[in-house]
Amino acid sequence: MSGNRSRKLLPWLSTPLILLVFFACWDLLVRVFGISDLVLPPPMQVFDTLKDVVTDGSTWDHAQVTATETIAGFLIALVAGVAIGVVLGKVPWLELSLRPVIVASQVVPKVALIPLFVIWFGFGMTSKVIMAAMLAFFPIMLNVQLGVRSVESGQREVMRSLNASRWQTFRHLELKSTMPYVFAGMEVGIVFAIIGTIVGEYLGGSEGLGYLVVRTLNDLNAPALFATIILLSVLGLLLYFVVNGLKRFFIPWHESVYGQHDLNR
Amino acid sequence: MAAESAGTVGRTAGTPVMRPDSDDTSSPSPAVAKLELIGVGKEFHTKRAHTVALSGINLTIKDGEFVSVIGRSGCGKTTLLRMLAGLLSPSEGKILVEGNSLWDGSKVDSSVVSQLGVVFQEANLFPWYSVAENIALPLRLRGDDKASRLARARELAELVGLGGFERSYPRELSGGMRQRVAIARALSTRPKLLLMDEPFGALDALTRERMNLELQRIALATNATVVFVTHDITEAVFLGDRVVQLTPRPGRIRQVMPIEFERPRGLDVQTEPEFGTITRDLRHALDEDEEKNA
Repeated sequence: MSGNRSRKLLPWLSTPLILLVFFACWDLLVRVFGISDLVLPPPMQVFDTLKDVVTDGSTWDHAQVTATETIAGFLIALVAGVAIGVVLGKVPWLELSLRPVIVASQVVPKVALIPLFVIWFGFGMTSKVIMAAMLAFFPIMLNVQLGVRSVESGQREVMRSLNASRWQTFRHLELKSTMPYVFAGMEVGIVFAIIGTIVGEYLGGSEGLGYLVVRTLNDLNAPALFATIILLSVLGLLLYFVVNGLKRFFIPWHESVYGQHDLNR
Repeated sequence: MAAESAGTVGRTAGTPVMRPDSDDTSSPSPAVAKLELIGVGKEFHTKRAHTVALSGINLTIKDGEFVSVIGRSGCGKTTLLRMLAGLLSPSEGKILVEGNSLWDGSKVDSSVVSQLGVVFQEANLFPWYSVAENIALPLRLRGDDKASRLARARELAELVGLGGFERSYPRELSGGMRQRVAIARALSTRPKLLLMDEPFGALDALTRERMNLELQRIALATNATVVFVTHDITEAVFLGDRVVQLTPRPGRIRQVMPIEFERPRGLDVQTEPEFGTITRDLRHALDEDEEKNA
């Protein structure tokens, strides 16, 4: 038991250690090779700038914009992805006839469409929300489609032999067994949504952390650029943890959740 | 219930009710037969082939009787059980549960299906529900209130030897324990007929022996009428009041063998000479099927 507890604590010890080593190497690299601040500022300078950036009120406005765009896009993708995924999973002939279109739209580098969205929807939040939604949609939709089809036939037979109605079969079996797939899609989807938002902000507009990255780049302010990137990473991490937390709450019975805490492992 | 069921085993042992003195289906039973199959057959049509899986199955099963169905793989025993369970419609013939027809053409009568309990080879538990919730699922679908569902689940967990595991989840159970949950689930609605399709086929030999003993105890305690499909001769003879042997292509009843050992039977019954004779006869009959098809 104590062995397992210490095993659970392990990441909490190892992660700070790895970060420490990482920053030490970074610092060493800069000092030894005398790299210019413009290319790679030393970590301490980045942290100082990060402090300034964080205490600056406008940074939070930008962060809020990015978070709002990402979450809005993600939620749209979630609703659309689940709805369309369920329909395509349930209606094979529809999926078959739409498959070429789906494959084609997956292959298209969607990021290349951002200028179009800017033309259509302007430099505001809408074009970024759409970008985030488009990127997050596919992993969610494909996972749900797979999930709907992966309901075990043996469990279906149990429901049939129990005279279950369609609604009961959905509620007690199909919904529950699709949930892990929904969350698997969501975990990928939230990361893609952030990518969509940031790239959208790079290419157009005057708000958001992505815009901040471009602005600091134009100012040739490398420390601020690094600081912003760190902020973006923290935002991404937070959103991912929210999705992961939801998963732990809703499907504690699933292997992807309990497996990490399985005492027998 | 636990105490009562424990007592029932002893009581039934003394009474001859569980031992049919002949395999004659018209034995003195005033009530309607529990299960009656009249000329049941099943054909499968595919583009290229037309297979007769089962043909002319006639069988009458009395209240409280335990009937084993045995045969080589491909003899249609699972097909037969699926028809009895309301999962597959017969091409011909009638299946009556206490006189009520299970099938109306290819449509199943749901009021008859609700009187059946089915156990499959796989436990097919729902991993998102606890043991108690799995056991009580049929009651929940039926609309029983929560308190009575839980009480019944606890009672059944006790019966199948899983008392104290009510709050566990399927992933925490061994294969044998999962199958016990599946049996408890099938019993939850107090079915008139318990249908089992190789329920212990996926278990190791030792667990299987124990489960056979347990199943006998549970069947006696609940006075269940059971149709038990298996490909294991020893298991079929050990459990059955009668053993029905199916022969393949097309699946027909080759023989019905009465097994008259007293209940409850201990594992030692398997070493009795008569047990050996019966299993040997069955094995020869099954081997003949094999040669015929080779």
